[in-house]
Amino acid sequence: MTLSQLRSSQPVPAVGGGPLLNVQALHVAFPAGGGAIARAVDGISFTIAHGETVCLVGESGCGKSVTALSLLRLVPSPGRIEAGSAIHFNGLDLLTLPDEELRSIRGNRMAMIFQEPMTALNPVLSVGDQIAEVVRVHTKASRRDAWDKAVDMLGQVGIADPATRAKQYPHELSGGMRQRVMIAMALVLEPQFVIADEPTTALDVTIQAQILELLRELRARTGMALLLITHDLGVVAEMASRVIVMYAGQVVEEAPVEALFANASHPYTEGLLAAIPRLGADQARLTTIPGTVPAPTDWPTGCRFRERCAYAYDRCATEAPALVQIGSAHRVRCHLVQEPERRVRREPRA
Amino acid sequence: MTSLAHAERAAGTATVPLLEIKNLTKHFPIRSGLLQRVTGAVKAVDGVSFQIAPGETLALVGESGCGKTTTGRAILRLIEPTSGSIAFNGTDILTLRGESLRRMRRHMQIVFQDPYGSLNPRMTIGAAIREGLIVHQLADGAAADTRVAKLLDEVGLRPEYAARYPHEFSGGQRQRVGIARALAVEPSFIVCDEPVSALDVSVQAQVVNLLRDLQRDRGLAYLFIAHDLAVVAHMADRVAVMYLGRIVELAPRRSLFATPLMPYTQALLSAVPVPDPTSTRTRILLPGEPPSPANPPSGCVFHPRCLHPAKDDACTRLVPPLEEKAPGHFVACLKVNRTSPSTPAPTP
Repeated sequence: MTLSQLRSSQPVPAVGGGPLLNVQALHVAFPAGGGAIARAVDGISFTIAHGETVCLVGESGCGKSVTALSLLRLVPSPGRIEAGSAIHFNGLDLLTLPDEELRSIRGNRMAMIFQEPMTALNPVLSVGDQIAEVVRVHTKASRRDAWDKAVDMLGQVGIADPATRAKQYPHELSGGMRQRVMIAMALVLEPQFVIADEPTTALDVTIQAQILELLRELRARTGMALLLITHDLGVVAEMASRVIVMYAGQVVEEAPVEALFANASHPYTEGLLAAIPRLGADQARLTTIPGTVPAPTDWPTGCRFRERCAYAYDRCATEAPALVQIGSAHRVRCHLVQEPERRVRREPRA
Repeated sequence: MTSLAHAERAAGTATVPLLEIKNLTKHFPIRSGLLQRVTGAVKAVDGVSFQIAPGETLALVGESGCGKTTTGRAILRLIEPTSGSIAFNGTDILTLRGESLRRMRRHMQIVFQDPYGSLNPRMTIGAAIREGLIVHQLADGAAADTRVAKLLDEVGLRPEYAARYPHEFSGGQRQRVGIARALAVEPSFIVCDEPVSALDVSVQAQVVNLLRDLQRDRGLAYLFIAHDLAVVAHMADRVAVMYLGRIVELAPRRSLFATPLMPYTQALLSAVPVPDPTSTRTRILLPGEPPSPANPPSGCVFHPRCLHPAKDDACTRLVPPLEEKAPGHFVACLKVNRTSPSTPAPTP
């Protein structure tokens, strides 16, 4: 039985002309100690088209992972997605969808690959059983067909001798192999949309190269859209068609990948690009961004990046910049867009 | 001439090396069965030799399980080596015991990847930095406090932070504390074990710059253990590439990055993602994963994954010696000819 036959019993929501995913004014808050509220994601909006690869970048604590979890309504308690937020997937409002219907989408039409496969996989089930379980939960496949599908999928993600590997448990596999299992589990039902949260961060560089190649190949074959969360701008350059840069819970820049690398406009993006060590650089001194991401319970007034910014001036302290369009699909949240003559370096205060 | 003599010449040092490692080996026993008899060994480090000159940075790179961390710890005798010799300033430190070993440790320090795991959560960072001063009787009382304040300032932290606890700091700040703690006893050599791997790129750049400034100001020598080759390109004078417990290539930084000779190094360099969307570089995708160091392949340990066009039966039988193939450029590969590389190297 082929995969499309397996899934033909599933109701497929109508695909309109709109984007595959449409996130509007997403706010996610966590109660912190002493009545404080951590606004981890503070009003972000973006869309993802069918078949597109979008990278979400930024430092730890800027809200990338919480954004990803929100899309599947998996924000850990006591965090909550606040009223006024909207997430539409194929036109379906995910935030108001009954749990039962949401479950039929998760793992089926929309799937997630986590950074730590060891904690995301069940240690007491063989990896074949775990993949087969996904198939059986979402389709009417028989036990036998689901197992065959799992073995087939393990082969597709490049695991040698998949029939034997399928019977093994997560602890018997290497880190790279476990990540392949996670990918097999996410992709077994050929979802339209896959979220991958730092899928290669824990892996060695030669294994990372294999996994990225695998994701590219699967994307080309299935036409899935991919939201890739990473802090590695090298990975971004190789994978993304579009890039969203987050800082302090907000989108600060968004652009097609070539435009972002050639013409980074937000001082934060500029700083991130300058700070990357490069192979051919030959011991040049690295440019740094002073300080660290502020606490989400206490975002600075005005521009949230101003305390680390080399160009900040008085207006940045008093007025929060809006996200404005500066080119084709290129948006930036910075006052310098209106006052480019202010782009003069000074010693930052941090 | 032995390859070691070459290494001495290649280090370019008429002076005595600060650190000289010869044939360092660490085998961890594998026990099994009811009686827990030793049935095998994990050859974590298998005959590693290199030298480090005063003020030099030698980077040790390779993937998980290649033995780079074990090598770093064995040099400091945080792990007891199985065999080999380690001479520091001409003293064989493997023969040292008790007080003389403790005195030697003052000169050789380590900065760990995860400073949070290496700092006592119940001790203020001031007390943690002071500890070394007290143990080695370098300062006490008010003099120690002054030294702590000066060290904090030197690593870019405010002196009043001495009264705070590790949890009050960010990852980058904790790494600065770890560096201040290593510096307190005024070592001439520091093993940096993945010191920036856990940090965000902006903070990573701050710590890399700090390590380089300190080296310049204090004449420190580093063994810089890392898996991130781009960071190594910014830090190292020379680079040693490890695979399955052995050094497979050792060369000056420029030579290694411009003309890597060993097929493994070529693949490793080509696998690093390039932060340039217009890059058209081709990538060498290695098949499979590194084999287990408990049961390494015969001959050249890399041969099962090697894509060298001239790979043959000899590679599976003969262990290639680490030989000087170009000036200062040592390679353990039977198929790399002296002076000219047999395959065009990728340009990263």
